[in-house]
Amino acid sequence: MALHRRLMMVLFCAALVSMCGIAAAASETEIRIGVYEPMTGAMAAGGQMTMEGIQLAQEQRPKVLGLPVRVILVDNRSDKVEAATAVTRLIQKDKVCAIIGSYGSALSMSGGPVAQAAKVPVMGCSPTNPLVTLGNDYYFRACFIDPFQGRVMAQFAYDKLGARKAAIIQDIAQDYAVGLANFFRQAFNELTEDPKSIIAFTSYQTGDRDYTAQLTYVANAKPDVVFAPGYYADAAVLVTQARSLGLKMPFLGGDTFEAPEFIEIGGKNVEGVYFSTHYSADAPVTPASERFVALYKARFKTAPNTFAALGYDCYNLVLDAIERAGSSNPKAIRDAMAETKDFVGATGIITLDANGDATKSAVVLVVKDGQFKLVDVVHPR
Amino acid sequence: MTLEIFLQNAANGITLGSLYALLAIGYTMVYGILRLINFAHGEIFMISTYFAFYGTAIFALPWQVAFVVAIVLTALLGVVIERAAYRPLRDAPRISALISAIGVSFLMANLGLVIFGGRPKTFYRPPIFQVPIELGGVRVVALFFVIPLLTAILLVALNYIVYKTKTGLAMRAAQWDFDTTRLMGVDVDRAISITFAIGSALAAVGGIMWGLRFAEINPNMGLFPGLKCFIAAVFGGIGNISGAVLGGFILGFGEIMLVAFLPGLAGYRDAFAFVVLILILLVRPTGLLGDKQRVKV
Repeated sequence: MALHRRLMMVLFCAALVSMCGIAAAASETEIRIGVYEPMTGAMAAGGQMTMEGIQLAQEQRPKVLGLPVRVILVDNRSDKVEAATAVTRLIQKDKVCAIIGSYGSALSMSGGPVAQAAKVPVMGCSPTNPLVTLGNDYYFRACFIDPFQGRVMAQFAYDKLGARKAAIIQDIAQDYAVGLANFFRQAFNELTEDPKSIIAFTSYQTGDRDYTAQLTYVANAKPDVVFAPGYYADAAVLVTQARSLGLKMPFLGGDTFEAPEFIEIGGKNVEGVYFSTHYSADAPVTPASERFVALYKARFKTAPNTFAALGYDCYNLVLDAIERAGSSNPKAIRDAMAETKDFVGATGIITLDANGDATKSAVVLVVKDGQFKLVDVVHPR
Repeated sequence: MTLEIFLQNAANGITLGSLYALLAIGYTMVYGILRLINFAHGEIFMISTYFAFYGTAIFALPWQVAFVVAIVLTALLGVVIERAAYRPLRDAPRISALISAIGVSFLMANLGLVIFGGRPKTFYRPPIFQVPIELGGVRVVALFFVIPLLTAILLVALNYIVYKTKTGLAMRAAQWDFDTTRLMGVDVDRAISITFAIGSALAAVGGIMWGLRFAEINPNMGLFPGLKCFIAAVFGGIGNISGAVLGGFILGFGEIMLVAFLPGLAGYRDAFAFVVLILILLVRPTGLLGDKQRVKV
């Protein structure tokens, strides 16, 4: 009896799966775009903010080539293995023609080869590690890359904060943080003309909560600034502990500091933290920026953030490519995407280079009175 | 390394170690009575922080009240989990209960994601615990004194309950043989429920201290503290309450000192904890204070 029931179950499931397959193959009545973003886990805030932007863009532009667009979201759970699985699922089960994602360079680097093998183009919103697009002709991104971001913060520390000695605490589990720490070090060494200007270099792992040992080591080296690339929650806890251990020097970071959680968790302790990011509502760069800010405020009742803006741009970049390709063929979309030129996005004018990267300006923000305030805009050379 | 820096690191180590110790006690207690490794301990710990969080954030309770309510609710949660997931398997092979525990752990972590959301929340930290104190160049916050003190009080109280009270006698009897204990007129189910209530309440105390120390809580936070405290408990000799405290302190201290002396290896401190676990199991399978005959892992 039990065996019989189990057999029925298996048959039923098989029938269901094959029906889904038929349905997917037959429906050329919509354009399916996949999104893989971290909706849970250590990077959840980044993924959720990005998704807000994608949603907003879809509401504004629900059709392409006369067909409705369906956005299919898969949560990659801030996990590298899940990210690869998510891309596989989007391609094989949902049969998407293009993919958007993912916040977290490591996640993008894990999903990238899968998309490349299946020949489905991906538009990254905010993965900034150079390796995401390098050697992958199916991966593009709407943001700048870390050699630039590292230089921006090194320059800022050197010029604006007068720093000559710096310490680095990196999240060693994240390609993003390790890469950015390295580019910061190179740029800072060049600026100070001193190969020993990074006087303390140490690490932690995503999700660690006690940083007192690393901070005690850094405090002892007495740097002018501390560069601490990592994700918002870890960084907020880290800076909080630094302040309670009596470290008074400025803390610096990258675009992953931009999340409301950074301020909520850090409270008064993160006041005066500087970080670079892609975009600020206080410095609109194109007519599209102003339109985006107005739309976002109307829809979500708060000031927009970088990641929503990049998600918004990514969706529009993908639709733009589909329109120019004139079909939902992934290869045709890829070719159109590679030729993206002078696209007017909310975060700036986007032209993709041979690697599929955008060259854009960066903004430096500071936490002041519990808010992110614009300090500086840095243009690429 | 100067003396001052060493002392600062020692203070860091004591703070972290006492947190581990606090969590390890609950772990080891359940094991000691039931011979069950309660893998859901980390998730019970996680949920307790959310109880406290919602108490202060949504119901606007004063923090003292919110914390007590959180501890009580967590104790109840532990009892419910035992009823639902472990009691039906009490006569099944031990491995079934272990797998059930892993299942409960995953279930709660994922329920947490659905109910609490994936984005982290900020735990309310009363300023009184964050008062900075400087002693001869060593900087700590008031919490530095609270956590070890609490651990010590709970250690004494637990040893009293287990070794001096009738309930404790019932627990210790149940640990040997359920049927024989029942024949002696002891309500085994009650003893086990109380064990789970106490174990979960300890997880809640640990969770609240964790929240006060680190401010950030999220649905995945139970995993690593859970594993670390499991290591601490095994290190000290699983089932032995004083051993768990000792194990927790040594683990916390070791982690801090590893980073202090070898900052370049700071990223590998979790690996350090697991290497310690392997070494302990190789050299002293029953842990530092473990009883040679009784433990059968």
